[in-house]
Amino acid sequence: MSRAYLVRRLLLAIPSLLAISIILYTILALAPGDPLGELTTNPNVPPAVQAALRAKFGLDDPVWQRYLHWLLAMLQGDWGFSFASQENVETLIMQRLPVSLALFGCSELLAILVAVPVGVLAAARPYSLFDQVANTLAFIGFSLPTFFTGLLMIVLFSIKLNWLPFVFRSDLQVTGLAWWWAEIRQSIMPVLVLGLALGASLVRYVRSSMLDVIRLDYVTTARSKGIGARRVMLRHVVRNGLIPVVTLVAVQLPIIFGGTIITEQIFRVPGIGSLLIASVLNNDTPVVMGVTFVYACLVVLFNLIADLLYVWLDPRIAYR
Amino acid sequence: MSGSIPASPTVEAVGPAAAAAARATASLSPSREAWRRFRKHRLAVVSLAVLGALVFGVIAGPLIWRVPIDAIDFSAMLQGPSWAHPCGTDSLGQDLLARLIYGGKISLAVGVAAMFVAVGVGVAIGAIAGMASGRIDAAVMWITDVFLALPQIPLLLLLIYLFRPALRSMLGELGGVFVLIVVVIGGLRWMPLARLVRAQFLSLREKEFVEAARALGASRMRLVVRHILPNALGPVIVAGTIEVANAIILESTLSFLGLGFPLDVPSWGRMLYDSEDYLQIAPHWALFPGMAIFLAVLSINFIGDGLRDALDPRRVI
Repeated sequence: MSRAYLVRRLLLAIPSLLAISIILYTILALAPGDPLGELTTNPNVPPAVQAALRAKFGLDDPVWQRYLHWLLAMLQGDWGFSFASQENVETLIMQRLPVSLALFGCSELLAILVAVPVGVLAAARPYSLFDQVANTLAFIGFSLPTFFTGLLMIVLFSIKLNWLPFVFRSDLQVTGLAWWWAEIRQSIMPVLVLGLALGASLVRYVRSSMLDVIRLDYVTTARSKGIGARRVMLRHVVRNGLIPVVTLVAVQLPIIFGGTIITEQIFRVPGIGSLLIASVLNNDTPVVMGVTFVYACLVVLFNLIADLLYVWLDPRIAYR
Repeated sequence: MSGSIPASPTVEAVGPAAAAAARATASLSPSREAWRRFRKHRLAVVSLAVLGALVFGVIAGPLIWRVPIDAIDFSAMLQGPSWAHPCGTDSLGQDLLARLIYGGKISLAVGVAAMFVAVGVGVAIGAIAGMASGRIDAAVMWITDVFLALPQIPLLLLLIYLFRPALRSMLGELGGVFVLIVVVIGGLRWMPLARLVRAQFLSLREKEFVEAARALGASRMRLVVRHILPNALGPVIVAGTIEVANAIILESTLSFLGLGFPLDVPSWGRMLYDSEDYLQIAPHWALFPGMAIFLAVLSINFIGDGLRDALDPRRVI
């Protein structure tokens, strides 16, 4: 991969981020009322202070000026302060981002570990019993809403069997190995719920991608040279068939983040998803805007990574 | 077809018998032919029956099961299924079956309405991009890609949070939330359809029959509406079907987070949200609406899969 491509791709991400920030700000500006002006419309604040605040935040400027103001402040890391907790939005988000990313990473890993072998085996014998069972299970998997599977797991594993805790705690009182054990125990259900939902839709992608590759001439050649079916599959088919899956995972991301938000909410995981919902319920506009923007940035970032990975994995793709 | 394992059964793969069968049915009308193909997908047929039963239950249910959805009965709180309450009761002693029937009407209506919004916007934008080549196409597709990169659920939450009070005062509690949810879900789900329609248009507009129509003096509008669009309809129907399932899930997600329909409008997601605090004593309360969402979504997805088989003329089944 050439450095020029890397730079060009990085530069290409900037217009999309700008466009996303414009969309977000337009929504905010179109919204009725004065969502960012909580203090300035609060009747307990004296009028003189209100006017001063309005001037300070530039609430009476034209929209484009306010947008530039907001954008510049966001770029400098000044994301405002939360109405609810009076804390800086960026500290709030930074405290919670690692948990969300860990949950997302573990679930994606589980999804790949389940989906790739199943998809490959299903593609090795299309329309066999295994393929049909896998296909039906995949349909069931992505038709089950994550909030329902979450509740079902809580009923089964926490309430009926009493195996696992159903509230995620960030204030564990133990240290060392015991801490790890408690952390793993409380992470099992969120990761399972999200990972299986992701895996179910991934299985179908993997299978169809494998089937596209199996038809190619070089696979027939490999087979006709007398290479065993297993070796052909692993060495020739899987390696190339997984390349498109990388992009498909990236395209799925915006939907996946929805899943993390719900999972965090059900299991009370202290990530940015549960922060978002709490702030929406508290009318805490700066936090809502901040978290939404972080999600948008994450999507753009992961798309970028997927694009770079794609070029790295598949040298046939010309960098334009 | 160069490899030895085909991705889908084709004429070569299934042999002369199927080809003969295909010739024998060649005289059927397109819709009869599609139905014949659809019937081959067993799970899709079962799903059609399940979905039909759900729709029938939701429409005819109130006529048969006449218990009101908001009859509070503190002597029958959080009861499991019984003859008096086939699906049990909630924390106010309200009958869950009646609420399920009512909620189903809302969830299914939201799904269908949001699908129409998404398909309408997607087809219009895809058609514009597909017919206008060059700069307009590139610009429209860039916008589509930006929309695809938007995080859906956070944005949905943001939109609902910002606009709900205003719409509620304009259109009333139920109407306002309904319109908002439908427009917002439809407005965030049109992108895959736009790309699909554009791809179809790009290939169809170069075909001979379009050229012939153009040579006969058909206007651009007529070309799109009479010649290209009908031929692009198959994949759009499939995608639209699956979009209904997606919209139902999104609506229940919003309601489950407490940001969809209000308390007195028991959509399926809302019922799950209310049941969350009583999982320990009344798991049936969560189970029934959850199963309803699952059944509706699963059957719609299978029907979409069956339609994919039925409407793709290149597949021989």
